[in-house]
Amino acid sequence: MRKIFASWVVFACAALALSAGRPATAADSLNITGAGATFPYPLYSKWFYEYSNSHPGLKFNYQSIGSGGGVKQITAGTVDFGASDAPMTTDELAKLPGPILHIPTAIGAVAVAYNLKGIQSGLKLTPDILVDIYFGKITRWNDPRIAGINPGTKLPAADVVVSHRSDGSGTTDIFTNYLSAVSTEWRAKVGRGKSVNWPVGLGGKGNEGVAGVVKQTPGAVGYVELAYAMQNKMTVAALRNKEGNFIVPTLESTSAAAAGAAKTMPDDFRMSLVDAPGKDSYGICGLTWLLLYRDQRDEAKGKALVTFLKWALHDGQKMNAPLLYAPLPKPVVEKVDKALRQISFKGKSLY
Amino acid sequence: MRRAGDNPKDLLFEKTTALFAFGVLFLAVLLFALLVRESLPAIRKFGAAFLVTKTWDPVAEQFGALPFIYGTLVSSLIALLLAVPLAVGSAIFINEFAPEWLKNPVSFLSELLAAIPSVIYGLWGIFVLLPVLRDYLMKPVTSWLGWIPFFKGPVYGPSLLAAGVLLSIMIIPFILSVSREVLATVPRVQKEAVLSLGGTRWEMIRIVIGQHCIPGIFGATVLGLGRALGETMAVTMVIGNRPDVLLSIFQPGHSMAGAIANEFTEATGDLHLSALVEIGLVLFLLTFVVNLAAKWTLKTMVARASRGI
Repeated sequence: MRKIFASWVVFACAALALSAGRPATAADSLNITGAGATFPYPLYSKWFYEYSNSHPGLKFNYQSIGSGGGVKQITAGTVDFGASDAPMTTDELAKLPGPILHIPTAIGAVAVAYNLKGIQSGLKLTPDILVDIYFGKITRWNDPRIAGINPGTKLPAADVVVSHRSDGSGTTDIFTNYLSAVSTEWRAKVGRGKSVNWPVGLGGKGNEGVAGVVKQTPGAVGYVELAYAMQNKMTVAALRNKEGNFIVPTLESTSAAAAGAAKTMPDDFRMSLVDAPGKDSYGICGLTWLLLYRDQRDEAKGKALVTFLKWALHDGQKMNAPLLYAPLPKPVVEKVDKALRQISFKGKSLY
Repeated sequence: MRRAGDNPKDLLFEKTTALFAFGVLFLAVLLFALLVRESLPAIRKFGAAFLVTKTWDPVAEQFGALPFIYGTLVSSLIALLLAVPLAVGSAIFINEFAPEWLKNPVSFLSELLAAIPSVIYGLWGIFVLLPVLRDYLMKPVTSWLGWIPFFKGPVYGPSLLAAGVLLSIMIIPFILSVSREVLATVPRVQKEAVLSLGGTRWEMIRIVIGQHCIPGIFGATVLGLGRALGETMAVTMVIGNRPDVLLSIFQPGHSMAGAIANEFTEATGDLHLSALVEIGLVLFLLTFVVNLAAKWTLKTMVARASRGI
């Protein structure tokens, strides 16, 4: 018995010694923590990996807990940066201890995927048809309004099975933002948000949940991230844009939307890209942001973050397209570059 | 039994275990208190209406939990209706009739069912169960019996019924194994007594189960119900996640645990978060009440059963 006790004491001492030793090694390297959006996670982890490789001693720890979580964590100050697919609302900004910057990093699009036997990608939909599908007013695929703009396509007399995300999501925010932008009725009755009160439809958890419903249910329609739709080779609809052209979601049409919106980009970058002007622009696009305080509390971390963001804006953007994120257009990059100069430590710019 | 306290070692042992026991109690109380504290904003705002209204609108910050409570109760009830006869029936067969070589594989396989993670059940549900149920059960039934409100279409696949069927498969192992234990406790003499009086096998089982096993089987059922009420992942994958109260079991619904799992990470509004915690509180109370009622019923049943013998 006594022997066991003695060995425990030894073990405890050893554990203490080990844990006491750890901060000494950690001091050599800089750990930057962040949390937030899941949508850009594959891109961010690639960035962090590449950047850490060329900058030994710098470590990023990013938790993809969701945009809402990212906003909460940066508000509480438990992370060095947050990430979100939805810009912070005025209410949320009011709760912050200091001014925050929204740094756009990539552009995503939301595709409308469907499951109609024998009909390939490119079924034409107009914004008002899409809205009425999600209101439950159009219930059959051979509805005269859908048939009217798709001459030559043999539409089945099948029920339209509407599908949406059941979990709170930045993707839903972009999609409902689009529906609100093109329909005053939607804006008044449902509105936009990470989760909303859907008039009809089945909820799927995550992109994979919606994709599951769409793939498994004949006549189903649902919205998923473009990257997810492309990787899974889902059939997606062409949406009529502002200029009247039917545009299939691709990296190019997403970038076109960003370019179209770039001229009117506000200084705080809190802008939605939905229903953007431009003849090749796809309608349902959105920015994703990193969130960081303008006045950094830690000079070393702030400096490292700014240097990293400079790299991400230029070299990092080249990694966007292979991972199916549209890169930021030139004018936006220049504007962000300027914004980065505002980040400071005790009034001194860290750029 | 020797009183503890004669010996310092015994005393130490007694106090330590008592500490652990109170620790468990303390955790439960703490959990409850925390749930109440966090759901206070929603309780203040909506009061009792939270339990009986069915609008769940995070944008307008209007929250009513009825669809979730309804979905959880209905899917669990369907699960019990399917699982109890199946599990008890197979328990009787395995214990009383099955040849020796069949007993072990069957019980091994059923225990294996209990070890499968629920997300695997969910995936199987999406890819196998939903299409089969939709095409071979729901569609024919709606076309013949669609006038009955419980079987009204249109049929999508994800539905209260699908969740119930999936849950029933998940809880069968629990009910089965407890039922087998219960059947095994019947004294051999009693069974032989019935047979020696000229009773048939059926009469033997009816009398033995009726007199001796009902409380135990009821307990097994409650165990299964507890699991069904709290199941999250598998249910959310097949129930359709539609916060609505629809009479037809072919229509999608939602569940309490599913609502929390779905919306918690991205709920930024304070009231939204609080409403989700309140759903947790209701679920906590619901399982508490179910267990309490089960305990009480079990007690009276045992009393009656022992009088009968």
